[in-house]
Amino acid sequence: MEFLIILLIPVIAAALSLRSDKKGNLAAGGTIIGTLATFLLAMHVAFGSQPGAPGRTVALGGWLSCDGLSALILLLVSFVGFTASLFSWGYIGRTISGDSLNRARRYYTRYNLFLVSMLAVPLLSQVALVWIAVELTTLLSVFLVGFENSPEALEAAWKYVVLTCLGAALALIGVLILYWGLRISGAENFTWPGLVLAAPKIPPVFLKIAFFFILLGFGTKAGLVPLHTWLPDAHSQAPSPVCALLSGVETTTALYVIIRLLPVLNGVPGRPVATWFITFGLISAGAAAFLLLQVKDYKRLFAFSTIEHMGIILVAAGLGSGAAHLGALSQILAHAVTKSFCFFAAGTALLVSGTRDISSVRGLIRISPLAGISLMIGGLAIAGAPPFAVFLSEFSIIKAGLGSEHYVITGLLTLFIAIAFCGIMYQINRMVFGRPSAGAEASPLPASVVVTLALAVIPVVVLGLFIPSPLHHILQSAALAFGS
Amino acid sequence: MAQLNALAGGLFILTVLGIVGVRQVIGCLRLFIVQSVLLAASALILGIEHASIHLFVVAGITIGTKALVIPWLLYHVLSHEIHARREITQTLGIPTSLLIAAGLTMFAYFIVHPLLLVGSTPFVRINLPIGMAGLLIGGYAITVRREALPQLLGILTMENGAFMAGIAIAPDLPLISELAAAFDVLVIALVIGLLTRSIHKRVGTTLVGEMASLKEE
Repeated sequence: MEFLIILLIPVIAAALSLRSDKKGNLAAGGTIIGTLATFLLAMHVAFGSQPGAPGRTVALGGWLSCDGLSALILLLVSFVGFTASLFSWGYIGRTISGDSLNRARRYYTRYNLFLVSMLAVPLLSQVALVWIAVELTTLLSVFLVGFENSPEALEAAWKYVVLTCLGAALALIGVLILYWGLRISGAENFTWPGLVLAAPKIPPVFLKIAFFFILLGFGTKAGLVPLHTWLPDAHSQAPSPVCALLSGVETTTALYVIIRLLPVLNGVPGRPVATWFITFGLISAGAAAFLLLQVKDYKRLFAFSTIEHMGIILVAAGLGSGAAHLGALSQILAHAVTKSFCFFAAGTALLVSGTRDISSVRGLIRISPLAGISLMIGGLAIAGAPPFAVFLSEFSIIKAGLGSEHYVITGLLTLFIAIAFCGIMYQINRMVFGRPSAGAEASPLPASVVVTLALAVIPVVVLGLFIPSPLHHILQSAALAFGS
Repeated sequence: MAQLNALAGGLFILTVLGIVGVRQVIGCLRLFIVQSVLLAASALILGIEHASIHLFVVAGITIGTKALVIPWLLYHVLSHEIHARREITQTLGIPTSLLIAAGLTMFAYFIVHPLLLVGSTPFVRINLPIGMAGLLIGGYAITVRREALPQLLGILTMENGAFMAGIAIAPDLPLISELAAAFDVLVIALVIGLLTRSIHKRVGTTLVGEMASLKEE
């Protein structure tokens, strides 16, 4: 029942946002309250079922279900959904001031619909419906990416929708082939556990070809190189709270579907999945690390860092030991909370400076200490400096890699992480310190932006010091989904 | 029955080739309608063969969404684009494109060959390679065409190709998935149509291939 309510709340909030009221606070307020309720319910779903068996909770006649991995994704989506809606209140209010209230209402309607599609991905049990939910996350966010209606934003939205729809069509044939194989094996249950059960009887060639198409298709959406070209555009042109959702959790939901296939293909001789995961992951992490060095736009900087992180997660998932799987999951967790914080910080910097161009922003910490410090924390945290969450997860991945004697892979990964660290810190340093250009004066930031920054920084720091035991429990039960 | 299905399949692949070979937008759109009707015909034939009401519903949905609603929608949202009397701009010439499309068709057979060795009925042998070819050529059309509406038709062709394969390899997919997929295709057409209109309004052209301000120097 909770699952259904989780999906219904954003729909109701979307409907409420359509209603016109004089001040226009109904849309923003309703969205914030709705996302908060969703987050609390997701917490209840994730933490409430413990300390029972890490099994699957099924609801609504088997159409919705939730296990450890789903619970983790659900928790992250709803958390970023809440913080981003809080950030939107001040950010959108500021950026479209003077415009009609209609635009703000449209923004919140689309925001809620986008959120419900992302919440549906981990909750749906039928694989075919999961495909549709992932496709809908694209379609419902296109107009959020193009929200600013500048030629650049529209260009980004176009690239985003065309490339990800192309990917989705490739994934569709993969899903159909998977179903065909399932039927050949005599099974009927086209759900994730059903697939794992039937996997030994499905001819390996079906699994391999299906997996290849799904990796290619949803890999496009997760931003894996060489199918990443849309990602820096979309993730830099969208309004900052939307970027937090796109970069922090939307890519992860696409990755979630790919990861779900890991136990299905474990029985295929030669473990081709591990090879593909590591190859794609290393290419993505490496290419992104070098592309990071020459960006001119600080939101693109964080977008490339997302590609790098997707690569790291994929490598960790491919390494195959239990410790590496746990590392991949903590990386998913750390990436979601940190990257959303980074985009909040970037959005604040954008509000203060009015430009996305790195070389035009100097001495941010003197113009607006809050924006400067946030950007510094965000940069350090996402680059993987201690004592932040990403450091802990990257460290555990490297340790797991060395522990399972994958020296070359781990060495390359460490090198790419180090290059990305230098790239990010060089640019952030230039922006935060130095002499501000004359005449730069900050207007006071909206209160909701300040509150969001304070709220969003908590998990970034806390998860860098230790992982609370209920959360650790979820990570462990999520690792079961890898079928190690 | 198998022969009738082969005829539908053969005509289907011709319309797919037309999506990369036709010079005008209106021609592309008409070919897409014919293509969807052929997809529905194949679903109907398979439905009779399997005695499955389910596939009849799929055929009905296909006609309804792809041959009626989507063209109607595009006519309304983008009428000036559709009736534009000019050649579609593309990166490669049409003869080269057709040659590549022929190559992709052969590649599609190559991909599905190992699958056909395991589970094959006469219908799968026709529909799967043709559907796969539709998928690949649709993808190629997206990359080679530089205008908005032909790129959208490329995406829809890819979906048609996937469904052409789907009705043969997964005839008993739960009906709710089919309904949701039809809805999904509608949303694709609507979203891209509206986006094309706002690009036309804001930028003044639908030559999306020309838009390249976002890149690293």
